[in-house]
Amino acid sequence: MFDGLSGRLGEIFDRLTRRGALSEDDVNAAMREVRIALLEADVALPVVKDFIAEVKERAVGQEVLRSVTPGQQVIKIVHDHLVEMLGAQGSQLNLNATPPVPILMVGLQGSGKTTTTAKIALRLKTRERKKVLMASLDTRRPAAQEQLAVLGQQVEVATLAIVAGQGPVEIAKRALTTARLEGYDVVMLDTAGRLAINDELMAEVVAIRDATGPVETLLVVDAMTGQDAVTVATNFENRVGVTGIVLTRVDGDARGGAALSMRKVTGKPIKLIGVGERVDALEAFHPDRIAGRILGMGDVVSLVEKAAETIEQAEAEKLAEKMQKGTFDLDAMAAQFRQIRKMGGMQGLLGMMPGIGKLKNQLKDANIDEKVLKRQEAIISSMTKAERRDVKLLNASRRRRIAAGSGTSVQEVNKLLKQFQDMQAMMKQAKKLGQKGLARHGLGALMPKQPRGR
Amino acid sequence: MIRLWGGKTTKDQSDGQQPEATSGSGWLGRLKSGLTKSSSRLSDGISGIFTRKKLDHATLEELEELLIAADLGPGTAAKLTAGLARSRLGKEVTAEEVRGLLAADIAGILAPVARPLPLDSSCRPQVILMVGVNGTGKTTTIGKLAWQLRDEDCSVMIAACDTFRAGAVSQLQVWGERTGSPVMAREAGADAAGLAFESLERARRDQADVLMIDTAGRLQNKANLMAELQKIVRVLKKLDPSAPHLTLLTLDATTGQNAHAQVEVFKDMVQVSGIIVTKLDGSARGGVLVALAERFGLPVYAIGVGEGVEDLRPFDAQAFARTLLGLDAVAGG
Repeated sequence: MFDGLSGRLGEIFDRLTRRGALSEDDVNAAMREVRIALLEADVALPVVKDFIAEVKERAVGQEVLRSVTPGQQVIKIVHDHLVEMLGAQGSQLNLNATPPVPILMVGLQGSGKTTTTAKIALRLKTRERKKVLMASLDTRRPAAQEQLAVLGQQVEVATLAIVAGQGPVEIAKRALTTARLEGYDVVMLDTAGRLAINDELMAEVVAIRDATGPVETLLVVDAMTGQDAVTVATNFENRVGVTGIVLTRVDGDARGGAALSMRKVTGKPIKLIGVGERVDALEAFHPDRIAGRILGMGDVVSLVEKAAETIEQAEAEKLAEKMQKGTFDLDAMAAQFRQIRKMGGMQGLLGMMPGIGKLKNQLKDANIDEKVLKRQEAIISSMTKAERRDVKLLNASRRRRIAAGSGTSVQEVNKLLKQFQDMQAMMKQAKKLGQKGLARHGLGALMPKQPRGR
Repeated sequence: MIRLWGGKTTKDQSDGQQPEATSGSGWLGRLKSGLTKSSSRLSDGISGIFTRKKLDHATLEELEELLIAADLGPGTAAKLTAGLARSRLGKEVTAEEVRGLLAADIAGILAPVARPLPLDSSCRPQVILMVGVNGTGKTTTIGKLAWQLRDEDCSVMIAACDTFRAGAVSQLQVWGERTGSPVMAREAGADAAGLAFESLERARRDQADVLMIDTAGRLQNKANLMAELQKIVRVLKKLDPSAPHLTLLTLDATTGQNAHAQVEVFKDMVQVSGIIVTKLDGSARGGVLVALAERFGLPVYAIGVGEGVEDLRPFDAQAFARTLLGLDAVAGG
């Protein structure tokens, strides 16, 4: 149902690209779909309206009608506009002030302020060689201060000693004094989560801000936030004044429409994104990558980076060689399974690949899931070296032995062998298509035309 | 049955006219003041559209957008507006009427899922597993539940199976002290399933009425973390095949359409028995709940409307729908 923005727009633009010329009606129809897709991705309504109006204005007209492939032209306009809206380029944290530089973290409860505080501290420590002090001003949630202290030990960044009974403003002042006396470069002030409509608590943040004069006030926002993103952003911007946004849980499967809304409403850049639970899972925000993902062009850059991190070079080269020679054997297949699992499973990979809407369904039909991969690896491990090299050796009795050895059934062994044959055929096809063919037709060219009924 | 909220639950719901009479300015006032702020824009919008006007297509479209802005999602919003169009298109309608009709429709969708927490005292210990995405309020909800169960003279034990997040254990220990419930914990990074197993053994030995298991927050698209959660369930079943008796999913009211994915995956993986919606005291409308009720029909057992121990309340479909549309805010002040 909610295939994400990329799937949705993929379908629309599929329809567009198949047509020669583009009429105003076509654009209107496409924009209706774009609107729904954006709304399902949690982009706030007023933002969606503006976006549609602007894109429509650009799309309908000579620009599109004269171009050779109108569909692609529209994609480009939508994409460019998305990138533009998200902020044209990655923005860095501003540390241009006399040390200690105070950074204030604000946001709703459970948006990930404390974890992000530690992540940023670690980033500043390792990348910018800054001496960072963290202080938790959260006197409300039980053990919030301890949480930051524990994180501080994890990332080896100092935290302000906890003094029971002190109020947030007092702690903030003490943090600044300590930082000044002990020569820290940056002071991270982690505040308690608060509702944007709670006057009393918003006044508290304002008091903290006035007492410390932060150079950066970062609004931490969950990527899963819905339409409320506008209210939150507006209130924090109006009351406290933010200098940047940190988007958390971008590693989730939410399409992150909130990013668009926040950016548009506050006009402030998205500076960093949280992409995992580990303390180093914090990345710079790349508007073009996110926009590309939204438009179904896939987050290919991230995919490549991730692949480079996890795939062992030697193994990958061996595999590539085998594929080239057309001697793709069961050993190579097992190696592939291992790599897929290492890279966070099919789901993780799928999200990053281009044109995934259609593929996803096919994969569902093909019943690929993590467990199956593991079991199939076991089947291959139960074969002798000779068998792995030459599948033809596998007669009925050998298959029975393999099934027993791997704790599976003969049917499953057969299924794997069938799949292996399909893959072999696919490799041959890939060889025939060559680099250019692959680039033009994408991975879809490799998929069997008819999903086999299983 | 262990009755929470002093058994007033059913009375409150049947006597929907004057819920204030029984609970004063307590939770309902809080919910209302929260929702009022969020729904005021919604209701202002509707008033603006409908003052002495014929219901036409343009108006319906605007109305649909207002529902979308309340996080109901494009699909549900379209469906509700279509329903309104069938019965009222071309007729003179006032803002009040339209809101009333919409509220009734929404309440109609929500009523089947508004159910009290089904605690069964016949089987001891009742095992409650708390699951959800990071930062949705699992630990706080456990604290509130523990408080209310103690109020009903239940002996409660808490297992701090969030062995990942820094400070999660000490946060729960504070709640344990507040509510006088023993908290089972292990060092950070320990095996959560092992701790769950031990806790259930201990709860049986100590004859606790309820064992609440807090788990680490996890994004539903992380296959390995979801498998870890399944392991906890598997291990519990070794001791008691009927455990966990309740698996509660906490859902943050600020969440948008991703709530669908959350409910779908958690339901699939660990057979969620019901939802607790948290942070409804904020400006978020939690309108996605309407779409969720339609699609999954999972019971909504309670809502969180604040950070205090008493801020966990039963979910009242009618009150929710009416406050969402700003009706009670106008009528009852």
